[in-house]
Amino acid sequence: MEYVSPEGLRLDGRRPMEMRQIRAEIGAVSKADGSAVFEMGNTKVIAAVYGPRQVQNKSQQMSDQALVRCEYSMANFSTGDRMRKPKGDRRSTEISLVIRQTMEACILTHLMPHSQIDIFVQVLQADGGTRSACINAATLALADAGIPMRDLVTSCSAGYLNSTPLLDLNYVEDSAGGADVTLGILPKLDKVTLLQMDSKLPIDILENVMQLAIEGCKAVANYIREILLENTKQLEYRRGV
Amino acid sequence: MEHQRLQQLTKITINDKKFIQTALLSDLRVDGRRPLDYRKLTVKFGRDDGSAEVKLGDTYVISFVTAQLLQPYKDRPNEGSLSVFTEFSPMADPSFEPGRASESAVELGRIVDRGLRESRAIDTESLCVVAGKLVWAIRIDIHVIDNGGNLVDAANVAALAALLTFRRPECSLTGEDGQQVVVHPPEERDPLPLIIHHLPIAVTFGFFSNENLVVIDPTYHEESVMTGRMTATLNANGDVCSIQKAGGEGVSQRVIMHCLKLAHVKAGDITAKIRDAVEIHNTERALRKIKRHTSSVAVDVCGTTATLGGKQNQSVDDKNVNHLDQLKLKDGVNDMECDAKTPGQVQSNKRDGVSNNFIGGPSSWDPYSERVDSDSLKASLASRGQSTPHSKQNDSRSETKREEQPKEVKTNSSSAMDIAPNEGQSNEGKTLKDAVKPKHKRKKKASSNGRN
Repeated sequence: MEYVSPEGLRLDGRRPMEMRQIRAEIGAVSKADGSAVFEMGNTKVIAAVYGPRQVQNKSQQMSDQALVRCEYSMANFSTGDRMRKPKGDRRSTEISLVIRQTMEACILTHLMPHSQIDIFVQVLQADGGTRSACINAATLALADAGIPMRDLVTSCSAGYLNSTPLLDLNYVEDSAGGADVTLGILPKLDKVTLLQMDSKLPIDILENVMQLAIEGCKAVANYIREILLENTKQLEYRRGV
Repeated sequence: MEHQRLQQLTKITINDKKFIQTALLSDLRVDGRRPLDYRKLTVKFGRDDGSAEVKLGDTYVISFVTAQLLQPYKDRPNEGSLSVFTEFSPMADPSFEPGRASESAVELGRIVDRGLRESRAIDTESLCVVAGKLVWAIRIDIHVIDNGGNLVDAANVAALAALLTFRRPECSLTGEDGQQVVVHPPEERDPLPLIIHHLPIAVTFGFFSNENLVVIDPTYHEESVMTGRMTATLNANGDVCSIQKAGGEGVSQRVIMHCLKLAHVKAGDITAKIRDAVEIHNTERALRKIKRHTSSVAVDVCGTTATLGGKQNQSVDDKNVNHLDQLKLKDGVNDMECDAKTPGQVQSNKRDGVSNNFIGGPSSWDPYSERVDSDSLKASLASRGQSTPHSKQNDSRSETKREEQPKEVKTNSSSAMDIAPNEGQSNEGKTLKDAVKPKHKRKKKASSNGRN
């Protein structure tokens, strides 16, 4: 199948290096300490953060750092075929683990010993790149909750189809069987913290695809920073400073 | 979540941690390796097709591959399936708990699975029998016996080695509509190996809080010190099949590319190692097959008449069992060793074959027949010695008559072997055979059920 037309347009009309429309909103769950909605095109996820709070299960308490937990779930209605998926299948267990470890790397856990931070992410609409969207939403939610972090973590995916590197794959492109690279970076430190890749790709091509994904992550980081700045301004305005 | 707590309990001491970190600063590792050295990797194979044991330093992983005829997935009607199951034995690590698979077990399974599946290392279309109805479902079971660190690489090698030696029974379509599936037992047609295009090799790197410290193949202790890990799966051609770096310490892109280049070199080495091991295993396997015939010829020379078709088969099987037992005793993988012992083995096999003629009970692949050790055989032989050669001939001939189809030999064999010593005492072959018969019928039924 042709994923990039001779004119250089993708199935949804984007250019190969173009991202989908991104939209973020802070404060989607009223009871949570921090929450956010993040949209990348038709992919929409919601994240809520609770904590730092008392450790629920005392046996898990750590005396030198905070305990970070994460739960990723996909709503039944998020995909085209409405399948009842068993909770805790292998894919979502893995993604939960990936998100937890990614967020753990940027949270200053040593500042909050004997406490626990819970991150819940729920996919409302899935159209490729749910992993990236979840990480971006979790970053926003953590920032909203005021949890000290080393840096923001932002994530974006990239792929390689029809011998063209493509940024931010949607579902059709994702399931085309080409390479799929999900990348998470700490934009200020310029370090890669998350890197997942599937399918076969020579090393030098992978380097290009990774570079493209890094550019995507930086663009997301700029947007997230704008949103956070806007949010802070709002808060200041309400305080009447 | 429980495992997190246990991990806390079994956490490395601060002194050990500091020691490992300071040693690494001067490019030293606790086990004497340099940062970019791999541990010693040994691959062994079990006596059946499709099982492998892998030792990587202290890490010990075994894996089994099995196949089953199942209905294909709806979206892939003409492709066989591949699934990976992991089992972290609680004996391997204090933090492994029995029961539900932990997160790390799931992650390991997914890394192995993705490396094989997404890079299309195995030709799944050749596993299709009837499109949309029946395909071979390949199942890889990975068992971790000892956790000495870097389970992913060891598990991946174990899975590959098991897949390379796995053979599925051949099957063909018959019937008027050509939809009847017949699975040919291994005695009838040689089982087929899988079609494997390339070997995706997982290579794990450990990162430490100091950006410039990178180690390859981290040990158990290093794993508890390091702050980030990356598993790159590459094949010998330098194609990246999958990468997993699930969070943890951030590293720059430059370091990642450097790691991938290192992984490419290591993947070449490991591929060669696996191929060599498989090569040795295959020659051994072929050798075993050739020996079958030599042994049967030897039995012929020993004087059994040519009419004893079933008898020949029996001694062939017997020979095989014997050979395998010997192999097992030696933890047999090294074919050199095996060759060295061959002459003596043939001798003993010959003798056993003859003694078996005395007993009049054919043996088989059946693992239970192992229980009949040579001592009991000798005992039965001694007691049987009183019988005249004439009656012996009679005995065996009457048996071959009864066993018109050579296939049946296999099914009734084990039962006959089990009662062999008794037979020696009673010295009345005929009545005993009659006693055995119903059992043999039942067995046959059971085995045919099992095949379906």
